[in-house]
Amino acid sequence: MDITLEALLIRQQGFSLAANLTISGGSTAIIGPSGGGKSTLLLAIAGFVKAASGKVLFNGADFTKAPPAERPVTLLFQEHNLFPHLTVWQNTALGVRPSLRLSRAEKERVAAALAEVGLHGAGERLPSELSGGQRQRVALARALLRDRPVLMLDEPFAALGPALRFEMLDLVARIRAEHDATLLLVTHNPEDARRICDKAVLVADGVAGQPCDTVDLLDNPPPALAAYLGT
Amino acid sequence: MAGRFKPVNIAGPVALLLMALLVVAPLLALWSQAEGAAGLSVPDWSAIRFTLFQAVLSAGISVLLAIPAARALARRQFRGRAALITLLGAPFLLPVIVAVLGILAVWGRAGIMSRGLEVFGSGPISVYGLTGILLAHVFFNLPLVTRLILQGWAGIPAEHFRLAAQLDMRPDDIFRRLEWPMLKGVLPGAFLLVFLLSITSFAVALALGGGPKATTIELAIYQALRFDFNLGRAALLGLVQFGICAVVVLASLKLSRQTDFGATLGVPVQRFDARGGWRLWQDRIVLLGVSLFLGAPLVAVLLRGVPGLVNLPASLWPAMGNSLLISLGSALLALVLALMLAGFIDRLRARQARGASIVEGIALSTLALSPFVLGTGLFILLYPVANPFALALPVTTLVNAAMSLPIALRALLPAFAANRRSLGLLADSLGMSGWSRFRLFLWPAIRKPAGFATGLAAALSMGDLGVITLFAPPEVETLPLLMYRLMGAYRMEDAASVALVLVAVTLALFWLFDRGGRLGHHT
Amino acid sequence: MKRSLLTAALVSLAGIAAAETPTLTVYAYDSFVSDWGPGPAVELAFEEVCDCDLQFVGAGDGAALLSRLRLEGGRSDADVVLGLDTSLMATAKETGLFAPHNGVPEGLSLPIEWTDDTFLPFDWGYFAFVYDRRRLENPPTSFAELIGSDTSIIIQDPRSSTPGLGLLMWMKTVYGDKAGAAWAKLSPQIVTVTKGWSEAYGMFLEGEADMVLSYTTSPAYHLIVEVDDSKAAAIFDEGQYMQIEVAAKLAGSKHPELADRFLDFMLTDAFQSLIPTNNWMYPARTPETGLPEGFDAPVSPDKALSVPVDEVPALREQALAEWLAALSR
Repeated sequence: MDITLEALLIRQQGFSLAANLTISGGSTAIIGPSGGGKSTLLLAIAGFVKAASGKVLFNGADFTKAPPAERPVTLLFQEHNLFPHLTVWQNTALGVRPSLRLSRAEKERVAAALAEVGLHGAGERLPSELSGGQRQRVALARALLRDRPVLMLDEPFAALGPALRFEMLDLVARIRAEHDATLLLVTHNPEDARRICDKAVLVADGVAGQPCDTVDLLDNPPPALAAYLGT
Repeated sequence: MAGRFKPVNIAGPVALLLMALLVVAPLLALWSQAEGAAGLSVPDWSAIRFTLFQAVLSAGISVLLAIPAARALARRQFRGRAALITLLGAPFLLPVIVAVLGILAVWGRAGIMSRGLEVFGSGPISVYGLTGILLAHVFFNLPLVTRLILQGWAGIPAEHFRLAAQLDMRPDDIFRRLEWPMLKGVLPGAFLLVFLLSITSFAVALALGGGPKATTIELAIYQALRFDFNLGRAALLGLVQFGICAVVVLASLKLSRQTDFGATLGVPVQRFDARGGWRLWQDRIVLLGVSLFLGAPLVAVLLRGVPGLVNLPASLWPAMGNSLLISLGSALLALVLALMLAGFIDRLRARQARGASIVEGIALSTLALSPFVLGTGLFILLYPVANPFALALPVTTLVNAAMSLPIALRALLPAFAANRRSLGLLADSLGMSGWSRFRLFLWPAIRKPAGFATGLAAALSMGDLGVITLFAPPEVETLPLLMYRLMGAYRMEDAASVALVLVAVTLALFWLFDRGGRLGHHT
Repeated sequence: MKRSLLTAALVSLAGIAAAETPTLTVYAYDSFVSDWGPGPAVELAFEEVCDCDLQFVGAGDGAALLSRLRLEGGRSDADVVLGLDTSLMATAKETGLFAPHNGVPEGLSLPIEWTDDTFLPFDWGYFAFVYDRRRLENPPTSFAELIGSDTSIIIQDPRSSTPGLGLLMWMKTVYGDKAGAAWAKLSPQIVTVTKGWSEAYGMFLEGEADMVLSYTTSPAYHLIVEVDDSKAAAIFDEGQYMQIEVAAKLAGSKHPELADRFLDFMLTDAFQSLIPTNNWMYPARTPETGLPEGFDAPVSPDKALSVPVDEVPALREQALAEWLAALSR
């Protein structure tokens, strides 16, 4: 799915972000220095932050004023993706219907999603009984059930160790490919971007740049990115 | 670090011992002077029943009404929202008699409601009886509970509301999945607080209760001390009242999760549901209703007080000085005691020690103390060894501090726990201890709730008549005392002006501390 | 004028050490010692003649005064207590804390003869229901007329206030064994019962009831200070109950002679002339200058009701039980 940000301008206290770009499917990393507005960009696409001016288009259709639930997007946060008092199964099933009254077929879909992220049989556990990686797997399972064309992740694995992180990234890449989704991944780790994203967008100095080849961008970084990467 | 002397670790037990002494010693002192008290009489039992009945109802209604009010405040952004939240601090701080006259100006026989009804040909309404008591208790406590619940709302992570929006949860779903679990944690504590505050209420219950049917245990204690001079009976009744409260404190501590009193209230929670339709109107009506219910009596207090402002008695200023002195002193003492106790309880909790809840229970139970028992008991204890006049300042300061300690403690504990979870290991690994640990590591994390708690303690102490009447040296007046003396001398208009000044100073004091805690605070 | 709490505390500590001029400590109720009561003027007047330092200590109301003294017992700093009343006298006497006075002076202007050897009266008044002429055009002229009418009243609780106790004894004197029934019949007219006089009077001024239990001299305050003649006291055919306020010397006083001099001074014009327009009561001995406007005797002495002091405690207990039973229904 194409995501177009048409002369988009976001203003918050002491901060502004401009974006004028199109992302055409595939996997795109959003990289750049901390506090540059990477997360804000995702929040704007998902409909949680209002645009001061400009438009947000999905496949050419204007969604600028659409509420979050109506946008073809699932956004995973860095933390707090699960409700602590609901079980793994309930947290996942919210992706089908918030009332949690599910038909037999729907229940099977939930079980399948949990199995797909490697949490088969963990349905009755509470989030507090899971590890950080497992919690994000539950959130991924829910994203699977929602089955939106655009999947956005805001540094979801930043707290995990390298091996586990790569495992999760590969899981995300597999899911993306199977569902032919458009993936946006905010990360502060160039390795992550190289591993699963062919394109990258640099967000720095209040501007989101044009998508370009990840390897090119990281190998020949512009000054703002170079300072951030320390190269 | 074995064997190293740590002042921090003994501060908690010392504070606890002080509180326990303050609770137990006055009761023992009264008991020791008693010439044997007979058991409880029939009127005593009916007073106990009525006390419980009205306290449960007051707490229940305050909590029930506060839920929609807090929800409306949590999910609406509108002009005057900050002012309304400040207004929520006001009723709680009004001297009882001022609040009663304010309420009657609206709901009384000659109040605006009655006069409004007269236009339609209905007779004046009468609120006296249980209705009047509940009206007053809800007026006092609804704002407090609303603030507490609002803080609960602010404690729900923003991500959860975004998640809910993304999942297309309807307001009913959000209530069930996000809000009810939060409320389940917050409501028992809020209920408990109102219950305890309503238990010791006595002037309100009597004035609006309409007659001796509305007798509370506190009145029986007052009668025993002032008219019958039956110290044993007062001790017995004080013990009964304390016992009831202790049971309720323990029960609700079991039910209650820690409530974060100090959370940010400045910004509403960003909500994506209930944007329009009947829910918007429901919130508007709730907010309008609450503003009118709380605002109208306050406006009446204001209007009554304004005419006399031009001609305030000269003794106002020294009285204000005394009040400020006591208020600031007891607020600081309450903060220090609460910090000591919170650190102690938090350490126990970190070790999963069962003692944590018991310590917290003892600290909270000071709310259940009858001020008359406390004052008289301390007087009996101190009189043989020292001149009570000379002790007026320390005793009044200590007692007022003890009375606001429970609220301060409740404000600080969650911040302590959160800080320990997030940064405790870091501080340990850096080997930080003592003053530097407090200043660099703890204080920045707790200054917001500490500001709120100190402000509330200062405000509560400002309006309190309490033990000062027994201990006050000659020629010393506080603002509440001055107000009562003016009323006793027929000067109702001057008294109303002094009351207005008292309320203004009290609110300003609360605002300053609350504000000070937030200044320069980033999160 | 007022010292701060801290300095006052220090001064009272220091006062013990530097007591060259003797200090006479007088416990009195709050409204007596306040700036609007007679206290400050009395202090000035007595210090002019006594070569001493007179210190008033305010301690709540009359009942609080007595319980304070009982708490302090024989060690009290008080030399004189001023502000107990006829309802409290018997109980007060039983404590044995008070010493006899030097004799009742001639010429008291009380409606009854004063014979007590310990307590001396300093002022007195009649309890009465006060109303606003503009709101109540035909006030009741007797209990018989009041009870069962549609006139609403606010009273004070006899368990926490002296006027409340006064009304209790008043009804008992008028109705005797039938007091309980009279209370039951009056009950629907009682808007509410308050902790003390201030709450009741404040609520009356706000228009919450037609009448409030107060004193026959209350309207004089409004007349003299506020130049408002709308308030009036209803005079009842059955008679008005009297409250006589008294003072006494403490047995443990360190300055017994000075205390006696104060009690003598109390019944001179210098003190008594301050009573009417500062304490809003009748002076126990009418000063030569007479009484101000609004203090004309409203009741002939034969309508002045009272209960012998010794009988008060027992009667009070009985009346209180009747009151509770009648109003709790």
